[in-house]
Amino acid sequence: MINRVFLFLILGTIGVFAAGAIEGVNPEQPLNISAIVMFLIFVGGTLGITYWAAKRTKSAKDFYTAGGGITGFQNGMAIAGDYMSAASFLGISGLVYYKGYDGLIYSIGFLVGWPIILFMIAEPLRNLGKYTFADVASYRLRQTPIRSLAASGSIATVVLYLIAQMVGSGKLIQLLFGLQYEIAVIIVGVLMILYVTFGGMLATTWVQIIKAFLLLSGATFMAVAVMAHYNFNFGQLFAHATELKGIEIMSPGGLVSDPISAISLAVALMFGTAGLPHILMRFFTVSDAKEARKSVFYATGFIGYFYILTFIIGFGAIVMVFQNPQYLDMAKQAVDGGYPILGGNNMAAIHLSHAVGGDFFLGFISAVAFATILAVVSGLTLAGASAISHDLYSSVIKKGKVDGITEMKVSKAATVVLGILAIIMGIAFENQNIAFVVGLAFAIAASANFPILFLSMYWSKLTTRGAVIGGSVGLATAVILVILGPIVWVDILGNAEAIFPYKYPALFSVISAFVSIWFFSITDTSHNAKAEREAFEAQYIRSQTGIGAEGASEH
Amino acid sequence: MKKETVEHIKANPHYQELLAKRTGFSIKLSIAMLTVYCIFILTIAFYPEILGTPLADGSVTTVGIPVGMGVIFFAFILTGIYTKRANGEFDDLSNKVKQSLKEDV
Repeated sequence: MINRVFLFLILGTIGVFAAGAIEGVNPEQPLNISAIVMFLIFVGGTLGITYWAAKRTKSAKDFYTAGGGITGFQNGMAIAGDYMSAASFLGISGLVYYKGYDGLIYSIGFLVGWPIILFMIAEPLRNLGKYTFADVASYRLRQTPIRSLAASGSIATVVLYLIAQMVGSGKLIQLLFGLQYEIAVIIVGVLMILYVTFGGMLATTWVQIIKAFLLLSGATFMAVAVMAHYNFNFGQLFAHATELKGIEIMSPGGLVSDPISAISLAVALMFGTAGLPHILMRFFTVSDAKEARKSVFYATGFIGYFYILTFIIGFGAIVMVFQNPQYLDMAKQAVDGGYPILGGNNMAAIHLSHAVGGDFFLGFISAVAFATILAVVSGLTLAGASAISHDLYSSVIKKGKVDGITEMKVSKAATVVLGILAIIMGIAFENQNIAFVVGLAFAIAASANFPILFLSMYWSKLTTRGAVIGGSVGLATAVILVILGPIVWVDILGNAEAIFPYKYPALFSVISAFVSIWFFSITDTSHNAKAEREAFEAQYIRSQTGIGAEGASEH
Repeated sequence: MKKETVEHIKANPHYQELLAKRTGFSIKLSIAMLTVYCIFILTIAFYPEILGTPLADGSVTTVGIPVGMGVIFFAFILTGIYTKRANGEFDDLSNKVKQSLKEDV
């Protein structure tokens, strides 16, 4: 039965895709045949994997964690696949192309959270949790309030991130493939629903791994092609780039202007990464703490390598794409002057792929960009669906009295709902300014998810009251300060001056979360609070040694 | 976990050694990472011209390039150092704790 439904859906998707490919031809944007062929190969391959994974996904544990049998290396690759979104590939290389050194500063911010995750979070998380990070946060605290809060934080983060990905993907695919925006968003949504509902975590993991491999290979080829032009000598590359764009691209520019913004951005990136539900969930797919550590080690290596590549690619675009009449947006140049490129700065890496590898390689990189979006939204949706089924449905509504199969069904239903919601919001937000959305997702992850998770692992005096009040304060502060800040209050709502002067609220919202958690915990004298504090020792032993851990390997 | 088991493990010298060594090690490495990153970001905020200094006379490559790459390598190397020690020494200690639990309880 399931197989037949699956085949039907595959055929249906290809039908939608083919129809879109014909109808969606934008007169200005030629249909990119090699890109579409390569993308179809990717989709065919990953749907094949989903079919294989569907047969192996029988229990809730299989669905949420791929049965816990992913190796550290595979998981490291999948984490990198989750983290290296199309936005970071195109956005960071575009920022390097536009601003030079500032792009490197930005990418370093995205990397430095990983060692901290390894030293502080990965191991206790693996030892205490089962499917979601709320398992850990609610380990010795009251289930209903803590899970409700953690699930709200997770769902908010996931939905915001999804909106950003869907809107970005629609625009990107429109530009790369010559498809209509709505068709592109629907294809992404439908494929993501297929991967996650049928293949669960196993299919999602392999989609991430394949995508990470393709993205790293493509980016390596581009970087090597650029360096080969300059005899693998960075000095020559930089010298040529500065002749075209001026010497200031080699120094920090205006990206980080004042120290408060700089620190606040750093806090958001570092703690936000450690509070992203789709990243945290990946740690439950490995068998034990040893593999969890290896995951972070490999992931940090892949992500760091990727950022070095995007830096070279950005400079490569300066020397090969900038001022190249082939990629010049003449209509825009006639109005604004300068050397604007087609599709804006974020297309720098895409144009570079054409400059170094012709139409065929452009097709490959376009297909990889599409695959990247699919992989990231699948991971996000799975994390969101788990928060709904495992935390809200199973623990809060049913008080844990539900079997794994029913819980899995709820999770699949939640995936379909989230997928449809993502499609609707992707279409609704097409022409909205969504620049603040990813920043808000990171701010919520850093201010609501991370403080509760971190203190539940390490602070014996934490109580339910402190966690719930403090986590809510963090969540509310992050949202309110983003709304009152320059991006929403001035750029979107059109007010003259921002009430809150900084773009990044994390420094303030994270501090208010920690202080509120501390204050409302130490002043909590209830009977429950006493029991929660006493339960810390047993939890701490398990978090440190893995004794009694879920699916721990026997030695 | 029963109360006696908790007390038993807490009294285990291997467990105490594990906690002391690992906690210290994690904190040291975290501080190392945070310090390097904070110095980097604060240099950008207060003295951006330091990172804009050319590496040599006549070179366009600035000090910022190797420093930035260095921060990326530093992060990766720290994760390598931690993973190696934790997967060896720390896991051995935690296995000894598990072993003694099986023998005594």
